[in-house]
Amino acid sequence: MNLFADAIAWLLSPERLDGAYALPTLLGQHLLYTLIAVLISAAVAVPAGWLIGHTGRGREVAVAISGAARAVPSFGLMVLLVLLLGVLRIPEAAVLTFVLLAIPSLLAGAYTGVEAVDRRVVDAARAMGMTEWQIFRKVEMPLGLPLLVGGLRSATLQVIATVTIAAYVNLGGLGWPIIQGIPLRRFDQVLGGAILVALLALAVDLLLALAQRAAVPTGVRSHPAASRDARAATASA
Amino acid sequence: MTWVLDNLGLILELAGVHLRQSVIAIVLGAVLSLPLGWVAWRYRLVRGPVILLTGLLYTIPSLALLVLMPAVLGYSAISETNLVVALTIYAVAILVRSVADGLDSVDPAVRQSATAMGYGGTRRFWTVDLPLAGPVILAGLRVAAVSTISLATVGILIGVANLGYLFENGLQRRIVAEVLAGVLAVVIIALLVDLLLMLLGRALMPWIRAGAATTSRRARLQIRAAA
Repeated sequence: MNLFADAIAWLLSPERLDGAYALPTLLGQHLLYTLIAVLISAAVAVPAGWLIGHTGRGREVAVAISGAARAVPSFGLMVLLVLLLGVLRIPEAAVLTFVLLAIPSLLAGAYTGVEAVDRRVVDAARAMGMTEWQIFRKVEMPLGLPLLVGGLRSATLQVIATVTIAAYVNLGGLGWPIIQGIPLRRFDQVLGGAILVALLALAVDLLLALAQRAAVPTGVRSHPAASRDARAATASA
Repeated sequence: MTWVLDNLGLILELAGVHLRQSVIAIVLGAVLSLPLGWVAWRYRLVRGPVILLTGLLYTIPSLALLVLMPAVLGYSAISETNLVVALTIYAVAILVRSVADGLDSVDPAVRQSATAMGYGGTRRFWTVDLPLAGPVILAGLRVAAVSTISLATVGILIGVANLGYLFENGLQRRIVAEVLAGVLAVVIIALLVDLLLMLLGRALMPWIRAGAATTSRRARLQIRAAA
């Protein structure tokens, strides 16, 4: 436990607020990389996922891509992109890695959300004379929102975890104290960094869990039986 | 390409080490998850905390976990044990939920029929509950296996060599072929293990294929969500 005391002492030392590797700067970098990557990824994956969910076409392709993507080691992908894009474009290479990493979860969140909507509800909307756009906008999108936010949650957490290795190619972030400290055997610093990253991930997860709960439309919330399937899917996603 | 041919021996050796580390973690994860998932499913009261705890462990970034666990349990961070323990934790985090969800997906009427036919708790678990929960558990196992194999590469960041070594060495020496070979080797191993698990599942559980028609909508959604 002495190690933890050392780590806390390292974290609370006033020196942590000075210099290019001050903790607030590293935290800011970490959050900025995460935000940029998730936003770009969402701009690509969410419309595509909605289209797949609404039309029912291209699901197999999306599932195959997502499955294969999980097998790609993000650390290796980042190193590969850094080498391919060149040393001057390291930030771009890293962000591209995080974007690619976030796509499968967001894509799955978008299309499973639309797919989990009870077909009878969609048929009823169509029978009422709604256009395809209205069906999507007023029925499928709001009902599928909790699963989409679920996808956003897992994508964001994956990115936060992976931004930790950005320090390996000198991009800062909260991984810096860990990656810089290991060869130096500065375990107070390494553990301090690890504690911060873990806390950040837990805080963001909590925040997005609340968002996921808030995303359930009020009308659905009062009928627990109606959304049993949707909840089962949410729980496993 | 010449780099790959010149260093085929190294790649194969690292692939062997990589596979060993991953398989130990996957097997340990599966063995630990079965009782944990069963407890979470059987006793509603423990379910919340168990799912919450495994969820929290899954949330902690791998690099942080690789540093935190040795500090908590008091072993060296720079050791293969550390990597295998961390990978096992992630596998458990994925699988406990799959086991609980899988047992959930078993039709209660089937379970009641088994009880009515005189099946005791233990026999019912092994011959009715577990085989019927199998497809959902297998879906989780496939996800866990592929993630474990891909995640194992971060081991090199704490000084544990496997295929991740090719990333570190390739970056330092600026050899694109070396890094690419590493990425491809990991993907190939992961997809082969995935394929093997799928075939094994089909051989051991022929009802997976027939199940498309009979599995409950809930179970299908869970398999889909897990994938």
